[in-house]
Amino acid sequence: MKYAARRIVMLLVTMVIVSLLAFAAFDLISGSPAEIMLGTQATPERVAELEAQLGLDRPFPVRYAAWLAGFFTGDLGTSYSYSQPVWELVAPKVGVTLCLSLLSFALIAVVSIPLGLWASRRSGGPLDAAGTVIDQFLMAVPPFFTGILLSWVFSITLHWFVHGQFPDLAAEPAGALQYLFFAAVAIAIPRIAMTVRMLRSTIQGEMRKDYVRTAISRGNDRAGVLRHHVLRNALVPVVTFLAQTMAEIVAAGVVVEQVFAIPGLGRLLVASISNRDYPVVQAIVVILAFWVVLAGAAADIANQRIDPRLRLGGAS
Amino acid sequence: MKKKLLALLLLTGLLSAALTGCGGGSEEQASGDGQTADGSAGARAQTNEIVVGIAQDLDESLDPHLAVAAGTKEVMFNVFEGLVKPTPDGDLIPAVADHYEISEDQTTYTFTLREGVTFHNGDPVEMQDVVYSIERCADDSEGTPLIPALSAISSINSDAATLTITLDQPDSEFLSYLTLAILPEDYPDQATAPVGTGPFRFVSRTAQDSIVLERFDDYWGTPAQLDKVTFRIIENADSLVMSLQSGAIDMFAHLTTTQASQLGDDFQILEGTMNLVQALYLNNTAEPFNNEKVRQALCCAVDKQQIIDLAFDGYGSPIGSSMYPAFQKYFVEDLTDYYSYDPERARELLAEAGYPDGFSMTITVPSNYQPHIDTATVLVEQLRAVGITAEIQLVDWGAWVSDVYTNRQFQSTVIGVDASNMTARALLERFTSTADDNFINYQNADYDALFQQAQATADDAEQTELYKQMERNLTEHAANVYIQDLADLVALRSGLDGYQFYPIYVMDLSTVHYTA
Amino acid sequence: MKRRAMNGYLLAGLVLSGFMAALILLGLVWTPYDPDALMTGAKLEGPTLAHLLGTDSFGRDIFSRVLRGAGTTFLIALSTVAVGAVCGTAAGAVTGYFGGVLDEALMRLCDALTAFPSILLALVLISILGPGNKYNVVIALGMVFIPSFARVTRTAFAALRDVNYVKSARLMGASSGRILVRQILPNTMQVLLPAMTIGFNNAVLAEASMSYLGIGVTPPDASLGYMLSEAQGMLASAPWYALGTGGAIVLLIFGVGLIGEGLQRRGGEVA
Repeated sequence: MKYAARRIVMLLVTMVIVSLLAFAAFDLISGSPAEIMLGTQATPERVAELEAQLGLDRPFPVRYAAWLAGFFTGDLGTSYSYSQPVWELVAPKVGVTLCLSLLSFALIAVVSIPLGLWASRRSGGPLDAAGTVIDQFLMAVPPFFTGILLSWVFSITLHWFVHGQFPDLAAEPAGALQYLFFAAVAIAIPRIAMTVRMLRSTIQGEMRKDYVRTAISRGNDRAGVLRHHVLRNALVPVVTFLAQTMAEIVAAGVVVEQVFAIPGLGRLLVASISNRDYPVVQAIVVILAFWVVLAGAAADIANQRIDPRLRLGGAS
Repeated sequence: MKKKLLALLLLTGLLSAALTGCGGGSEEQASGDGQTADGSAGARAQTNEIVVGIAQDLDESLDPHLAVAAGTKEVMFNVFEGLVKPTPDGDLIPAVADHYEISEDQTTYTFTLREGVTFHNGDPVEMQDVVYSIERCADDSEGTPLIPALSAISSINSDAATLTITLDQPDSEFLSYLTLAILPEDYPDQATAPVGTGPFRFVSRTAQDSIVLERFDDYWGTPAQLDKVTFRIIENADSLVMSLQSGAIDMFAHLTTTQASQLGDDFQILEGTMNLVQALYLNNTAEPFNNEKVRQALCCAVDKQQIIDLAFDGYGSPIGSSMYPAFQKYFVEDLTDYYSYDPERARELLAEAGYPDGFSMTITVPSNYQPHIDTATVLVEQLRAVGITAEIQLVDWGAWVSDVYTNRQFQSTVIGVDASNMTARALLERFTSTADDNFINYQNADYDALFQQAQATADDAEQTELYKQMERNLTEHAANVYIQDLADLVALRSGLDGYQFYPIYVMDLSTVHYTA
Repeated sequence: MKRRAMNGYLLAGLVLSGFMAALILLGLVWTPYDPDALMTGAKLEGPTLAHLLGTDSFGRDIFSRVLRGAGTTFLIALSTVAVGAVCGTAAGAVTGYFGGVLDEALMRLCDALTAFPSILLALVLISILGPGNKYNVVIALGMVFIPSFARVTRTAFAALRDVNYVKSARLMGASSGRILVRQILPNTMQVLLPAMTIGFNNAVLAEASMSYLGIGVTPPDASLGYMLSEAQGMLASAPWYALGTGGAIVLLIFGVGLIGEGLQRRGGEVA
């Protein structure tokens, strides 16, 4: 309990730093939003007027606090290009992107753990080597390339989903999930390969340790030892790894959304970056970063349940 | 631990079951309709709706008086109407006006309002709305009015049914400007939830995703045939072909020939003209293009026909000035070959201008327009042959508008310029020295004088001649490297019909319908 | 016996990467056709002896373009790793060796930075630096990779600062700089080298992804990512285009990945 509380405090601190970084970065570079919004019609008086109206003449900490509060009140400013509240633009897309990342995460966890266990039985030998080579190969395939091939095979050739026609998540959840599934596969494949490789090497490392050798030499069967002792220890680094995976999933998602024409945060982000629509970029960056940090904290807390040693604050 | 493992295995099993389930379901669907691709399109035929792909999000104000992008106006053409509106033949017919009269001296225009025209929000169109719309576009209290041509208005008089507009001087083109959208007065949300009088009404816009229009049932004229049109934004040109093939969209205008050739029998390819002046636009005040000889050298170095052959499989009409062939009245044919392709001559001109070894330049191209990217790709190679190193800089549409069009911070750009209405003025006025949209900074006193004369004359033949001289002026001084009016290839799913091309850059969906 | 098997990955990786590197080097001085020359053959021609990977929609030779594009990608990835490794190692060395408040502050900053997914951070940096420029891509990606290198080296430096030979060097009056560079740095190579192979692969992936999105390297620089985005639209009539460019990315990463695997296994056995 104490650990979870401490972890949550740490989480909040990280979130504040993350949001501060995002806010400061764009605050420094973007020039005056008022100037951008007015475009050619910008005269010094009009800029000053609009700045006062948007509250841009307030000191930095006040603006930061107001902006951060916006995440709870839903007021994230106004998009330069759409002249629409940022929240209205972003809100319908958050669900899609979170679904995609959760689905990818689920795929990775569900496929890689059994696969890793199975693969770890064969230590050394040609099969092990073949597994390693396959792992390395799958890690080398960029998710967007897999995505292109998947949409070619499953949409254009087999018609299992309609590329470019993403069903509404709320109205047609099953259809939307089916569509997202193919994108999730593209994201998951290299991460599955990494997780399997990691699980296998930690299990094999664990099996060589003294306590395992002792247990086996005492006559316990190998599978029993694996299940009772090794797995628990081997899972810890894997869960930690999976927690960090969320960052990579989100990153790959930005690109893969583009491949599959999924109307998520990624597409809006890329468009807003090139449009220099900074309020939108800022909001999306922070939402995605919060999501990653949150997932990391959740995994840490889960990890601590598996391995109470972590409660002391240091894994040795 | 055993339980956990078991749970994991179960989960895996479930997942694979779900997968095969998904697959199975689709197969059933597939066997039902032949193919899912046709299935989703077929479902839309049942509900009498279509999905149209567009390359560019409508990421600006949707207020028709303020919108800048041709891509926005092209779509919103379905939502708005003026007192008059254009036809596919290039004529103007009354729309919100029932009929009109022009005085002999062409200075007084009298419009009679059509009865029973309503806005999409249900309110009837009243004279005050019409006056508001015109005055809004003519208002010069903050500098140049939204439509500069409207500054010719000396007075507007109206009663409940008739509107009289008096001009300072005769203007044979004035009527074309009254295609400006009639909007309800005192409606605050025009920028995000526009209301007009057109055959379709605006339903919703989802950023980076779609714009939805529905048939306006109380339309005064021939109602639209489709119940609903969804414009889906596909900025990534590469996923466009996939979206057509997969059945996600039914129609796409402005395809490249490579894209068109990928589509099979599911689509008919209609060919029209894009009605754009595609050119390598040169910033006339930026080094080295402030030197006329350099600009002329570029004109000689560029082989228009090769661009059309290589990048467009021969579709497209070469042009030589800021006018396209659909404007037969104003198009000057011999300007097309004013600069014949002659790399030797180009090198000589460059040497005369002081660049015997060529120079480096940047071509800024909006990344969402494949035809312009392809054109620029060929241009780079042609310029290289005369010693000019050109680099393509791809920018997003928004960045293009702000950097190139608004702030004029660029060297050169490949883009197509459209005519906002069917007048020569719409294409030529922008190159007068003080025009707000003179993004190439063309400064030529003769040109300005010709334009003044053209505006001053009431004689149509004389005016036409003056406009032709303006075109010649642009060509002789090599204001830009003119290339072509692109062919407009429109992919329309089989089973749909009725699409009509206009001599201006619009996409009219009111006549599109299912054949069965 | 076991040892040789371990080095098999290293060997295979070196052979594959060597092959790719040779092709890339070749591409810098010679390609079968000028990569930008139009109509070297018919449009969208399938693979033939004259055009090993066929031609694109402008009749340009895809093999030549892949060679050139792989070169661009390779150089960007290499520069990125160099930027990340040098800056990251410097930061990690100083904070790891001296510890204290600076260490704590830098590591918290690293934590916050790793909360941003790598491509996301790179995209943000690109939007600040200006898109469509390969040098900006290097700077952005290089900065993104600094925290991971800093973390790896910090741990190594912190662990090594109290070992006997470092202590004795300190007692003999060697300066901190000398100890860091001469005594500790060589011993961190074991963790640094595999980290560099991983960093290289991430850089290739990130560059390709960004170019695919149209925010990284843009024409006329041939880039594998941008070419792949072009190829996606021609998958129906020219599948070899996508497979050729995609394949080049995969082989580039695969080779270096095998080297990394080999290094790690060898390192694991030595330790």
